Amino acid sequence: MRGKAVIAGVGHTAFGKLEGRSTVSMNIEAARKALADAGIDKSMVDGLFVKAPTSKFEMMYAQKLAEAMGMMPRIGGVYDHGGASNISMISYAAMAIEAGQCEVALVCLADNPATGSRHAYEKSWGDDDVFGWFGTPSGYAMIAQRHMAEFGTTRDQLGAIVTACRKHGAANPHAQLRKPLTLEQYRQSRLIVAPLTRDDCCLVSDGGAAVVVMSAERARQLQISKPVSILGFGQGQTSWEVVQRPVLTGTAAAVSAQTAFKMAGLAPKDIDVAQLYDCFSIVPLITLEDYGFCKKGEGGHFVEGGRLEIGGELPLNTAGGLLSETGMPGLQMVIEGVRQIRGEAVNQVPGASTCIVSNQGGIMHTHSTLILGQ
Amino acid sequence: MSDIDLPLPIRTDLTAPYWDSLQQGVLSYQKCSRCGHGWLPARTECPSCLHDQWQWVAASGQAKVVSWVVFHIAYHKAFENRLPYNVAIIELAEGPRLISNVVGLADPNALRIDQPVTLRIEREGDFALPRFVPA
Repeated sequence: MRGKAVIAGVGHTAFGKLEGRSTVSMNIEAARKALADAGIDKSMVDGLFVKAPTSKFEMMYAQKLAEAMGMMPRIGGVYDHGGASNISMISYAAMAIEAGQCEVALVCLADNPATGSRHAYEKSWGDDDVFGWFGTPSGYAMIAQRHMAEFGTTRDQLGAIVTACRKHGAANPHAQLRKPLTLEQYRQSRLIVAPLTRDDCCLVSDGGAAVVVMSAERARQLQISKPVSILGFGQGQTSWEVVQRPVLTGTAAAVSAQTAFKMAGLAPKDIDVAQLYDCFSIVPLITLEDYGFCKKGEGGHFVEGGRLEIGGELPLNTAGGLLSETGMPGLQMVIEGVRQIRGEAVNQVPGASTCIVSNQGGIMHTHSTLILGQ
Repeated sequence: MSDIDLPLPIRTDLTAPYWDSLQQGVLSYQKCSRCGHGWLPARTECPSCLHDQWQWVAASGQAKVVSWVVFHIAYHKAFENRLPYNVAIIELAEGPRLISNVVGLADPNALRIDQPVTLRIEREGDFALPRFVPA
């Protein structure tokens, strides 16, 4: 299926605190902008794939959204892979198009944890509450601790990821946090759940994002101005809770990437720029290992020396990622991948012809990979 | 440690034998009668062979630390006066894993991965909890 489907348009809302905006409203704004970017009318959309808002779960949410947009899609619904949902939905849309189930799909998400409920981020883990086991950072901290102990990964190496993302986000006018962070400042960051600090944790953000997926053939017929090819995609699900996970330092991101690279006929050495889900600093480091950019355990060394910054060998999260652009779970990273391939990014990687994007959900429970190209 | 407002577990028909055995000084886990797989926390089916015939069996109390974290913020007010405290992933010698605390340390961060630990049952409210100390 390499190159059979394209992303024909992208759109997003402002990122940050959007007081009073419902998720339906933000989804519609993002969709409206994505359709305008593609230059098509909503009447052409016959697939609607929506990520479940995490701040407030609602039954039949995709139908509620379809009604609000005056649509009767042939296929779609709400998918819940946590933060991996976006790329998963893009892949389902591409497969549905290939299978003749729809022609033009809208993939969107919106959430409002900043001004709505943060419950999903601070949740209890049931009977383990009595041990003081709470929240989302704690699970990632367990993984980071094990990685540091097993492979000698250092705080400064996690800092190299954070400072790269913050540097890139500072140049992005849409970014929620436009404040670069030096390594020295990172070292002084307040401990939340050790070994992770405040600056290892992503933003909490309201916002919406949407992309339009169609076949490459349809894009040619419609004379879409800047279609970006979907060269490969894949998924992998680690599933086990962190406490039960046989290996803490690796994930099914490896399976996901193998599937995507195989479809694309590419290898890590062929990738020009990466947008890797960075809800916590340890995540891109482990993803780089699982994707095969370096060996397991060598991620700490790999991220050093400016390799992930603009001008480096593999620029990472060129719009700032979840650590700086928006903490929204993931579709904005696909949008930045599209901008890079179109040559329209704020921190443009010169001549970027391939971009790998990762999405992941839960505490590395789910993973999806997308490879974009020209 | 104060036990005021501590978020205690919810006893169910499935978990009652687990908490009752801890009251008797025994940490127990579920063992499949069909394939012999052992696990925690309580489930109705064996996650290995999917069958529903199992029994509660006693663990030796010998275990190791898979990983740990130290909380510097309180997500629940009952933990405000316990900060900083550790939470560890503990793997029993028999295989099952659980979330717990390693206590009896001057510094809650003074742990290492794969460190041997031993069960120490501590009382919190009406519950007897499985905590661990360095072996």
